Amino acid sequence: MTTHIETPPRPQVPKRHEELDEVVIRFAGDSGDGMQLAGMQFSNETAVAGTDLATLPDFPAEIRAPAGTLFGVSGFQVNFSSHDIFTPGDNPDVLVMMNPAALKVNLRDLKPGGIIIADTAEFTENNLKKAGFATNPLEDGSLTKYQLFPVDITQMTLRAVEGLNLNTKVASRCKNFYALGLTSWLFTRPIDPTIRWIEGRFKKTPELVDANIRALKAGYHFGETAEMFAVQYEVKPARLAPGKYRNITGNSATALGFIAAAERAGVPLFLGSYPITPASDILHEVASYKNFNVYTFQAEDEIAAVGSALGAAYGGAIGICTTSGPGMLLKQEMINLAVMVELPLIIADIQRAGPSTGMPTKTEQADLLMAIYGRASESPVVVLAPATPGECFFMAFEAVRLAAKYMVPVIYMSDGYLANGAEPWKIPKVSELPQIDVQFRTSPEGFQPYLRDPETLARAWVKPGTPGLEHRIGGLAKEDVTGHVSYDPINNEKMVRLRAEKVARVAMDIPRTDVHGDPSGKLLVIGWGSTYGALVEATERVRAQGKSVSHVHLRYLNPLPPDLKEIIHRFETVLVAELNTGQLLKIIRAEYLVDAKGMNKIQGYPFKVGELMQKIQELLEE
Amino acid sequence: MSQAATPTLKLTRKDFMSDQEVRWCPGCGDYAILAQMQKVLPELGIPRDQLVFVSGIGCASRFPYYMNTYGFHTIHGRAPAIATGLKISRPELHVWVVTGDGDGLSIGGNHLIHALRRNVDIKILLFNNRIYGLTKGQYSPTSELGKVTKSTPFGSLDYPINPIEIALGAEATFVARSVDVETKHLQETLKRAHEHKGSAFIEILQNCNVFNDRAWEPITDRATKADHQLVLEQGKPLVFGKNREKGIRLGKDMNPEIVTLGDGVDASQLLVHDESNPSMAYILSRLGPQFPTPIGVFRAVKRMTYDEGANAQIESAKKRLGPGDLEAILNRGDTWVVK
Repeated sequence: MTTHIETPPRPQVPKRHEELDEVVIRFAGDSGDGMQLAGMQFSNETAVAGTDLATLPDFPAEIRAPAGTLFGVSGFQVNFSSHDIFTPGDNPDVLVMMNPAALKVNLRDLKPGGIIIADTAEFTENNLKKAGFATNPLEDGSLTKYQLFPVDITQMTLRAVEGLNLNTKVASRCKNFYALGLTSWLFTRPIDPTIRWIEGRFKKTPELVDANIRALKAGYHFGETAEMFAVQYEVKPARLAPGKYRNITGNSATALGFIAAAERAGVPLFLGSYPITPASDILHEVASYKNFNVYTFQAEDEIAAVGSALGAAYGGAIGICTTSGPGMLLKQEMINLAVMVELPLIIADIQRAGPSTGMPTKTEQADLLMAIYGRASESPVVVLAPATPGECFFMAFEAVRLAAKYMVPVIYMSDGYLANGAEPWKIPKVSELPQIDVQFRTSPEGFQPYLRDPETLARAWVKPGTPGLEHRIGGLAKEDVTGHVSYDPINNEKMVRLRAEKVARVAMDIPRTDVHGDPSGKLLVIGWGSTYGALVEATERVRAQGKSVSHVHLRYLNPLPPDLKEIIHRFETVLVAELNTGQLLKIIRAEYLVDAKGMNKIQGYPFKVGELMQKIQELLEE
Repeated sequence: MSQAATPTLKLTRKDFMSDQEVRWCPGCGDYAILAQMQKVLPELGIPRDQLVFVSGIGCASRFPYYMNTYGFHTIHGRAPAIATGLKISRPELHVWVVTGDGDGLSIGGNHLIHALRRNVDIKILLFNNRIYGLTKGQYSPTSELGKVTKSTPFGSLDYPINPIEIALGAEATFVARSVDVETKHLQETLKRAHEHKGSAFIEILQNCNVFNDRAWEPITDRATKADHQLVLEQGKPLVFGKNREKGIRLGKDMNPEIVTLGDGVDASQLLVHDESNPSMAYILSRLGPQFPTPIGVFRAVKRMTYDEGANAQIESAKKRLGPGDLEAILNRGDTWVVK
């Protein structure tokens, strides 16, 4: 092995440069190895370099699982390319493996001929045993069909930070930056953004700034000087639409979308939440923007979280609650009340794999029926779903707009994959964001609590503290117009239908449905939410084979777009692809009386393009 | 309907009565509580539009419908959570929560505890009738052990909760008890709660004449109440009895004991009530069945309120970071331009 290089020799021959169109890298190690951070920083570097990208963080629910174990492996996959890409990639070209367990878990996905960079220091007898290797795969010849780069990352990191008086434990924690530096060199990514990030993150501990930057640079320079790396790869910038870009995760975009909406509405934002994976980062981010007239309230439980948001909405704020499935079901009684009292309320369900505690850090789309139907009695709400991390911004904004305009609860459905996944995001100009027109009623003239706007059927939003408009609302059945408690049977049916009609009218306020591919033909694939990227890529590839397949992606799940019926009936076969056992499928079949088929996966992971293509091809051959 | 907000408000009890017919059972203790509230509010000089009554579910929780103020009849047990969100974002409003022993201590126990410990500036009235009224007579968390009801024909097995102890345990800054029929006392207690800055908790002993009649009888009956009520007054010794001849002092074993004044015992040996003393509140909250029931303010202390803190954080963030600049946060971090 050529891992111990005392003084790296200057390169004798210049490195060969090779241009690639698309690369998928997966970083993996123990959950304490900082692989999420290395992956995020690599994504950021590659974003700044102008390539398109998509990411898939994949980590265990345990914070620091026992070291070296298979279940403790934490991975981060990033796909970057000089053309438009939509998914984090089915199979990696490169594995950066910090221990044997990581290699064991990830090797089966690596493409033949792919690159493995492995930290030899961690391939000890004990770690090999924990990972279930009888012999050391770095030495036993079992990896010959791959390009193997064994590097003693741990030792080199320790050497790089020598003289900083760090204990070995702290010093070796810098090895993720060493690995990042090496990978950055190998794919010609700029490390300046990471240096800036380190300087900001460790501002208060200058020795860690120094140590991490040293490790990062040492890794980078090692690639440059070590003979084993003969080729340096490059992925040219992608031709993205002109504009200013940044890299963004779905959760971050969601947080910004809510803040932007409250700003454009000119109304304070109140976020009530209870910590839950994978939604908590939205609370964290919003909490850092208190100077935007933002209230964040960490409640005692999921129920109080949404209760506080509804209380704030009653007081005239944009009331928002962020959660995931297990919290969502606790909020349903409060959403039920919000339906009855007709107040705006936004509930963000960042779905995860269930049922019950399930797989908290894995993704799924199985809360759809709960969102649309899962409440007592007739309880219609608006349900929206963003399709990409960047789109989370616009759909979060849209959720606020619709809630305030129609005085109705809106459920916003993201998921673990969108939440933590990142992509380049064209930053919108504030002046181009729509204004959200919030009118609080102040005139007592002819006021009735349940008098409705003839167009939207919304009742007036009245802030307590408005003289002359004192009135009572509540969960008991209300008389039309006056809002007095009423048990009149005819009135009850009228009110149930009015609330349903109000939600139905939202359909007139949503954009036309785009059909990717031909407007009619053999097969229509319908998806919603985070499956967008995989569906675009799969349908495009099959279409490129000259076959008739189109794709419709729904952002509005309730009400459904009014033009969907007509689109569906222009196709011979309909396939509904979703990460559940067929929830949208049920709705499509029921709403449009079409014998739609399902493509379903409930494994905690997004669709792979390959498996979707296979299903599409099967259907096209039938 | 309109009430002009003039500098000198001259409101009357009638101004606070809504146009809704009160639907409690005839003879219910809730009528008396509603009446005292409607009598007290005109004295506080607050415009009606600045008052919000938030309630949960149960007989007591119908209260907001009868008040000509803003009102929100919400979900079983959740009123403190909703009131918390309202008060944080609208700190200028006067927010009252009306709850019962089932609503506040059973299904909503968690929310009650957390609202109190946070010291949100809301006033919580817990009508305690020791029974579920609206669901027609099942035992409640304050019902006595062995209570025979429809759901417990062989007697309840639940040891009852002491609401005052719950409030003290949650570090409530204002804890009091009053009685539906003690109209003057109740009025004074409501006023004290209003004047308190922070969470105020009042347990109001209330009679359900249909499902649990005379639950508080020794304390409320004219013939017996002098011996069964211990009226707490700040800075005054703990004295009770028809002729104020009995008192409470701390015995040798640190346990309170009843003594008769005279015979070498004088008021100087008695415990003197101090609303700021947590030990005093604790002793009073745990007086056993042989003691009279304390009514009045157990504890009143000052602490920063949650809503003050939340709004101060926003103001200090604005000072420190400047007013929110949306363009800036959208463009935060590393950016690049595609031409």
